Amino acid sequence: MAVADTLARRVPPRRRPPRRRHRLVLLAYLAPAAVVLIGLLGYPLYQLVQMSFYDYGQEQVSGGAPVHWIGLDNYTALFGDPQFWSVLLQTVLFAAVCVVLTILVGLLLAFLAARLRPWVRTVLFIAALEAWAAPAVTGSTVWLFMFDANFGIVNEVLTSLGMAYFDGHSWTFGKLSAFGLVAAEVVWCSFPFVMVTLYAGLRGISPDVLEAAALDGASGRRTLVSIVIPMLRPALTVVTIQSIIWDMKVFGQIYIMTDGGGIAGRNLVLNVYAYQKAFASSQYGAGAAIGVVTVILLLLVTVVHLNITRRRGEEL
Amino acid sequence: MSTVDTPAAPAPALGVARPSGGQPPRRRRRRRGSARADVLGLVCAAVIAFPLYWMVLSAVKPEGEVQSLNPRPWTLRPALDSFQRLFSVNDFGRYFLNSVIVAVVVVVLSAGCAFLAATALTRFRFRLRGALLVALLVAQMIPVESLTIPLFFLIRNLGDAVPPLGLNQLGALVLVHLGLGLPFTIWMLRGFVRVVPEELEEAAYLDGASRWQFLTRILFPLVAPGLVATSVFSFINAWNDFLFAKTLIISAPEQQTLPMSLLVFMKVDQNDWGAIMAGSTIMTIPVLVFFLLVQRHLVAGTAGAVKG
Repeated sequence: MAVADTLARRVPPRRRPPRRRHRLVLLAYLAPAAVVLIGLLGYPLYQLVQMSFYDYGQEQVSGGAPVHWIGLDNYTALFGDPQFWSVLLQTVLFAAVCVVLTILVGLLLAFLAARLRPWVRTVLFIAALEAWAAPAVTGSTVWLFMFDANFGIVNEVLTSLGMAYFDGHSWTFGKLSAFGLVAAEVVWCSFPFVMVTLYAGLRGISPDVLEAAALDGASGRRTLVSIVIPMLRPALTVVTIQSIIWDMKVFGQIYIMTDGGGIAGRNLVLNVYAYQKAFASSQYGAGAAIGVVTVILLLLVTVVHLNITRRRGEEL
Repeated sequence: MSTVDTPAAPAPALGVARPSGGQPPRRRRRRRGSARADVLGLVCAAVIAFPLYWMVLSAVKPEGEVQSLNPRPWTLRPALDSFQRLFSVNDFGRYFLNSVIVAVVVVVLSAGCAFLAATALTRFRFRLRGALLVALLVAQMIPVESLTIPLFFLIRNLGDAVPPLGLNQLGALVLVHLGLGLPFTIWMLRGFVRVVPEELEEAAYLDGASRWQFLTRILFPLVAPGLVATSVFSFINAWNDFLFAKTLIISAPEQQTLPMSLLVFMKVDQNDWGAIMAGSTIMTIPVLVFFLLVQRHLVAGTAGAVKG
């Protein structure tokens, strides 16, 4: 490299850049990102909290009526509303089901991938990458179409297998079946991340360790439980936490597949609930309060995540 | 929209990138009885790939075959009816262009901001550095969906002062995606800047280069592959966005981006599935191409976290 050559040729030069300008340069480098992050992330976050303490409604937002500090009223109203609790429960259960299924499918396919012929593995990975790449919007439309009551391939196949019940059956009408459909789409587009990461973890396990286990007479199952799973634990932790974060804040899929939260809002999750409160019923203050609850929930997950990372002694 | 916001840093490519690379001999032993595994693997791949196959197939089926009570998994008469409907009924070309504009501007701006910030965070030692890094990490975890309400008001007020950045303007989408994607972009780019040896910087200064020359002539080319990877992520995030397109473009159909224009064809009990699938195909293909380009970086961050 030219730089290295010149280093040898020209000694000793004057040392640049001067220390004094150091600080200014640093500020100049950080400034653009700082402006963007403070303006578009920090300030809105502050405003979200602030709004949750005011009575922002239709008159205040479009009519110019004065806003009033109402303290915790938005929160007391929210916590007194049975719908909030059922939405919260739904959000957590929905996320839990999605996370468990995603990890399970990802883990099993990672194990499978490790025993495949290279070309078969490539085919499997390409298929998974496709699913991963699909935008939430198009994933939702495609799954809706496959499960369409009249024109969907799924009902067609089930009916032709003799299950006449599914002729014209609506998958989005029932509360559980609608949630199940969304969960299927979510798992479909999120398991590839888990699979690819865990596969990388599997490849990282030294063959010597496995050989030693085999020499010691460990059965396949024993090796799995005592060696492979413990060695995969760091990777499993990461993908689990990442999945929890993703699945707690699913928005597009629920919104599109259940048409804005299902019939009478029975398929709402927190994000969609906050959105509908604010933009459909013009209770912006109440919507902000739900937003604050969501942020706190996810920050709790993050704190756990950071603690685990720190315990492993990783450098930031 | 959160398909790709994984904390990441460069690391060796995965099996996907070099699936047939030199396998250690132990693979031989596992070969026995693996024909069944191979068959199972192919079946799984087929199931996983089916939805997108179905999407593309339905997009090229002639009109009568899409909305058929007996859908077939193939078509003998591929046609472009659905695409034609898409572009004539709805100004789909316009929406496509809008999506491209938003995504490209976001990519350029966030690459610039992130490159400088990543350099500052790796090349300088200062007291707040650790705090900033933690802040970046936490910022990635903020559920951006929760910020929809304040961002709506922020953009509304901003529009009074700077009209091109207000509601119903593409500039609003650019701003929002720039802000929401930046923590991840900086975080990822940091990994690429960090691996450039310090000696190179010292050598450049000894050689009389200014900081700016070092930044643009030496560091930038070396970090370029990383910039490409992070740019693809910014692109995909902006491109896939449904929430903010829905929230911020409320009464200007000509400023819509792809996701919202797709939903125009979704009407209760009379969905035009052919057009929806054609639009979905158009929206998915660029992402698919970009995804294949950067797949080696996808797990990288976690691979880094996993090594411990």
